[in-house]
Amino acid sequence: MKLLRRIWHEFDDRTGIASLWEWVGCHPVPPGTGWWYVFGSATLLAFIIQIVTGIALATMYVPSAAHAYNSLQYISHQALLGHFLRGLHYFGASAMVLLVGIHVMRVFLHGSYKYPRELNWLTGVVLLFLTLGMAFTGQLLRWDNVAVWSVIVGAEQAGRAPVLGKYIAHFILAGDTVGGATLTRFFAIHVFMIPAAIFAFLGAHLMLVLKHGISEPPVAGRPVDPKTYRKWYENLLEREGRPFWLDAAWRDAVFGVAMIVVLVILAVVVGAPHLAAPPDPTIMEAYPRPDWYFLWYFAVLALLPSSLETPVILFGPLLFGAILILVPIFGSKGERHPLRRPWAIGTVILIWVTIGTLCIEGERAPWSPDFNAQPLSTQVVGATSGPVYEGAILFHKKGCEFCHSIAGQGGHRGPDLTYVADRLTPAEMTIRIANGAQLMPAFGGILSSEQLNDLVSFLKTRKRPVPQGNNVQSNAVASTSH
Amino acid sequence: MSTDTQLRNSPPARETLEIATRRRFLTVLSVGLGTFAAGLVGIPLIGFLIAPVVEKVPRIWRPVGPVEQFKIGTTVEVTFVDASPLPWAGVTARTAAWLRRNSEEEFIAFSVDCTHLGCPVRWLPDAELFLCPCHGGVYYENGKVASGPPPKPLPRYPVRVRDGQVEVLTSPVPITTT
Repeated sequence: MKLLRRIWHEFDDRTGIASLWEWVGCHPVPPGTGWWYVFGSATLLAFIIQIVTGIALATMYVPSAAHAYNSLQYISHQALLGHFLRGLHYFGASAMVLLVGIHVMRVFLHGSYKYPRELNWLTGVVLLFLTLGMAFTGQLLRWDNVAVWSVIVGAEQAGRAPVLGKYIAHFILAGDTVGGATLTRFFAIHVFMIPAAIFAFLGAHLMLVLKHGISEPPVAGRPVDPKTYRKWYENLLEREGRPFWLDAAWRDAVFGVAMIVVLVILAVVVGAPHLAAPPDPTIMEAYPRPDWYFLWYFAVLALLPSSLETPVILFGPLLFGAILILVPIFGSKGERHPLRRPWAIGTVILIWVTIGTLCIEGERAPWSPDFNAQPLSTQVVGATSGPVYEGAILFHKKGCEFCHSIAGQGGHRGPDLTYVADRLTPAEMTIRIANGAQLMPAFGGILSSEQLNDLVSFLKTRKRPVPQGNNVQSNAVASTSH
Repeated sequence: MSTDTQLRNSPPARETLEIATRRRFLTVLSVGLGTFAAGLVGIPLIGFLIAPVVEKVPRIWRPVGPVEQFKIGTTVEVTFVDASPLPWAGVTARTAAWLRRNSEEEFIAFSVDCTHLGCPVRWLPDAELFLCPCHGGVYYENGKVASGPPPKPLPRYPVRVRDGQVEVLTSPVPITTT
């Protein structure tokens, strides 16, 4: 025992590790920091999980355009615990994106970015973008055909940049098409470049936390005055400061362990994200979709009017970054409590509601045609021969059903046609089908006049069923409404 | 007057000046050498990374099938291999096109990339339309935009007939620029 103590003493003498721990682990934190303060450390913990699971996956993953997909199949279905490990890496990524979002929101709502912690915020903004960069490149390393088309979609977006667009696009593809060099490029970015940048900015972020101390919980009516804040904060810590370890750290520990337990359960129960078809660009049955963290952006690109598309693709992310950078520059002093900053609360609610709604819409993707739409059943059609029957066949064959649904079957790009005859006359239907609209092709050149008639004959029968006994009355209502 | 203030106010001794000059020179030297070394390593490195942008990729004609395989008035998928794929490219070296035979002589090879954001459009032979699975862009059989977000018609690859074979010229992924 004595010997051990002596070794420790000598070790500490040479390294100074005890005083370092004193500085890092036991720095005083202001009183009253509660559960709101756990999200930063939880994000860090999720990042550590990503590092260890990522390194473990890298021992088996083959970063080659030809073999990556097969190595992932092997990891997912054959390697011991591979399915679990991929699942943990995926849910760890989801946790990291979600927690970094909550952390930013907490810091913004508490006004913790104000003097003297502006650089804590700015380094955090960089970390936020780096995290999103990891999320995007990580999905590409799945290297199925969804990943291949996602790279092309990314390159196409970069291609919208004026003058340099084409060059940036070819830089992303690592050539003028997807090929052998494309995957390795994203592998290097995902595994070396962005993590290196995360380490650097994380170091700076944590250094700044230690330098300026954890922000005290905001109190309404106690604004930040840069002239007096530092002195006031130092006094607060001297009077009431508690050592981070363990007065505050226990909450981080409890929340962190709970998070890991949830991630492990998800990894066991749900497991690795699905691998789509092999990365063969000649497989046309492809449904390029981003993972959930970018579904909202997928929705934005589908819903924007075309005139706004290029400006949003090019300036949207820049504007978002610029606003985040300006937050602490223009808001470095004044009230911190959210109740005195109603705009802050409004902004946060608006952002979460917008992103949430767009994610749900992106998941539904009503703008995507339903390629799997099956022919309508005889019961729905209501005829087994004649023009109505022929029209129903055309409705499926000519692709109408990919975008329009009838009786719950079919796509959602265009209006539901279950009761179309209640609102359009046969003449109106004919005009619409023949001429098309902004979101509908003109079928005038595709259908013969006989086919067009059959189709309209079918659509004419798409009426809300009339309750028996009310025939006369409802007919009268229909005729007055016209 | 304290000694400190005296020292500050008195003209600097020659030695102090020399030290200052020396320090300045050494600063310039060290930073200059550092920059030189960084450039020496960094410039070739950047060159290596951006090589794919500047490198000229050869374009070659790839046969996609005998002429009689394609019926007049039909559109089918044809596949070919990129001009000079890397040996480890695997299936990513492959490219597809939609080949339409309009007449005895005339063939059109459409790119499969939607001009909206590059997703692979699918040909629906019965509907005679190309449909994009991403944001619902639609094109007519001649590649013109029928509806949805695509800003331009489907791009075409050069195509020709040689020795009874239809050939498509390997081409870059069409990028819709502004």
